[in-house]
Amino acid sequence: MTVSASAVHTEKSIGQIRSALTSGEAKAGDIVRNTLARIEAEDARIHAFLSVNPDYTLAQAQRIDDLAASGASLPPLAGVPIGIKDVLTLEGFPATAGSKILEGYRPPYTATAVRRLADAGAVFVGKINCDEFAMGSSNENSAYGPVRNPHDLDRVPGGSSGGSAAAVAAGMATATLGTDTGGSIRQPASFCGVVGVLPTYGRVSRYGLIAFASSLDRVGPFAATVRDAAAVLGVIAGHDPLDATSSPLPVPDYAAALDATTGVAGLRLGVPSEYFAEGLDPEVRAAIDSGIEQLRAAGAEIKPISLPHTRYAVPTYYVIATAEASANLARFDGVRYGLRAPESNTLSAMYRKTRDLGFGAEVKRRILLGTYVLSAGYYDAYYRKAQQVRRLLTDDFLAAFREVDAIITPVAPTPAFRLGEKTDDPVSMYLADIYTVTASLAGICGISVPCGKSKTGLPIGMQILGKHFDESTLFRVAQIVEGFQG
Amino acid sequence: MTDSERVSLEDVRRVAELSSLELTTAEEPHMRRDLNAILDYVAQLNELDTSQVEPMAQVAEVLAASQEEINVLRPDSVVPCLDRAQVMVSAPETDGVFFKVPKVIER
Repeated sequence: MTVSASAVHTEKSIGQIRSALTSGEAKAGDIVRNTLARIEAEDARIHAFLSVNPDYTLAQAQRIDDLAASGASLPPLAGVPIGIKDVLTLEGFPATAGSKILEGYRPPYTATAVRRLADAGAVFVGKINCDEFAMGSSNENSAYGPVRNPHDLDRVPGGSSGGSAAAVAAGMATATLGTDTGGSIRQPASFCGVVGVLPTYGRVSRYGLIAFASSLDRVGPFAATVRDAAAVLGVIAGHDPLDATSSPLPVPDYAAALDATTGVAGLRLGVPSEYFAEGLDPEVRAAIDSGIEQLRAAGAEIKPISLPHTRYAVPTYYVIATAEASANLARFDGVRYGLRAPESNTLSAMYRKTRDLGFGAEVKRRILLGTYVLSAGYYDAYYRKAQQVRRLLTDDFLAAFREVDAIITPVAPTPAFRLGEKTDDPVSMYLADIYTVTASLAGICGISVPCGKSKTGLPIGMQILGKHFDESTLFRVAQIVEGFQG
Repeated sequence: MTDSERVSLEDVRRVAELSSLELTTAEEPHMRRDLNAILDYVAQLNELDTSQVEPMAQVAEVLAASQEEINVLRPDSVVPCLDRAQVMVSAPETDGVFFKVPKVIER
């Protein structure tokens, strides 16, 4: 269907939408019609969305407008246009996980994080493209075609939540949900010049997330500003009886704390030498260095630190993540949902043909690797070894956080690379995750916040890493960094 | 171990069988090359002496104050689950009650 744009809509942030709805200056219907029109105009070249359902979206907006007309107080995200990565379920929409094997699947239930957004009045504009089963660093592994970076259409948006980052960057959603297993929120946020949050493991329920690696998977928000990201995290965070690994710790009001913040004076920020070694692009280094100097000028105490096992993080990650994936993806067998290969004489042949037809090359590669490292004779050498190094990497962070309140690093070694640049070399693609997999393995929280641009105008993100369940400090530091950007 | 020795074509076929994946004869050498490249890279973990390090499966092992916080149990009470008809609607082949599959016993 064609959606006509309303000329009056200028609201961009969650706060602006809220005040426009509260004062009656705008209707939720106008705001989301504008967003849908923007998707229709922009997404042919970016390809961030896999499914939209304007009738559903406009009905959600109408409910907000009815609520406003009745004079009732509006929920915290009333009328905010939000997109959902297609690895999270939303009843009434497909959930492909970027894979052919789930083509046509309509989940009969809604993920907890998505449910909480709906309960907070958010309006869902669509389901968003990603690497197949969230496996990738460039969004080129989607079975439905790659997403392109809105800053340069010849470049990748990052991955695996590339569509979620690109949608916010192109104004096709005020906020989006992504997932991060080894960097899949932070790296695309950096490549697309938006804010992306990796919450502490256990902070946000994983119920309704199509699992990749269960001990690493996290759900988190993207937004154009630190404050909006904080507001969305405050809504989706908290204990969920449907996810036994979700934490019972209380959820602070992140956005309100940010409004009351007193800057970074007196905060101790660690800068780990291992993240500034060989392989770091000079322009990225310059942007992060200049951000660090600005934080120092704002009153933070900058301390050199060491995280000595950093260089072992990528190999550790690719053993643990693929091992867990090989088990999680066993459920896709053509029996209960999704694709089934036709004309198989036996059950085992049907399994094999379905999985051969339904999975892309990277997913097969990771299933094979994960099965190999768990198989008899290799378990101790690879899987157990990686779990031991995971503890060393975590201990590095726990020791560092006795000395500092947060840690500053680059998000990725380079700005966005070109489509096709790394697709033939899995190890080179995996090295795009070199600065992000450490926090994934340790379960700590992190944020990617825009911190400058390359000479050619490509965004560069700063990664701020925080103690377990100390997202508030990340937002506080990130808002200062954000304030320095033009 | 050198690049070419770590994973053989026979290993690739064995792991594909364990994974219920069917690789074409064209895919097998590619997967072998990629697995060898990745495992050669992973081999650097052997530089670390981890003989005294406990494996870490998940972060609760580091954060939890007690075993009860690691192994979370819920009350064993009956709660409603998804409606059968809603679930079966996604099945490739069903009689409405059961999932239908091809012949299980092969001979």
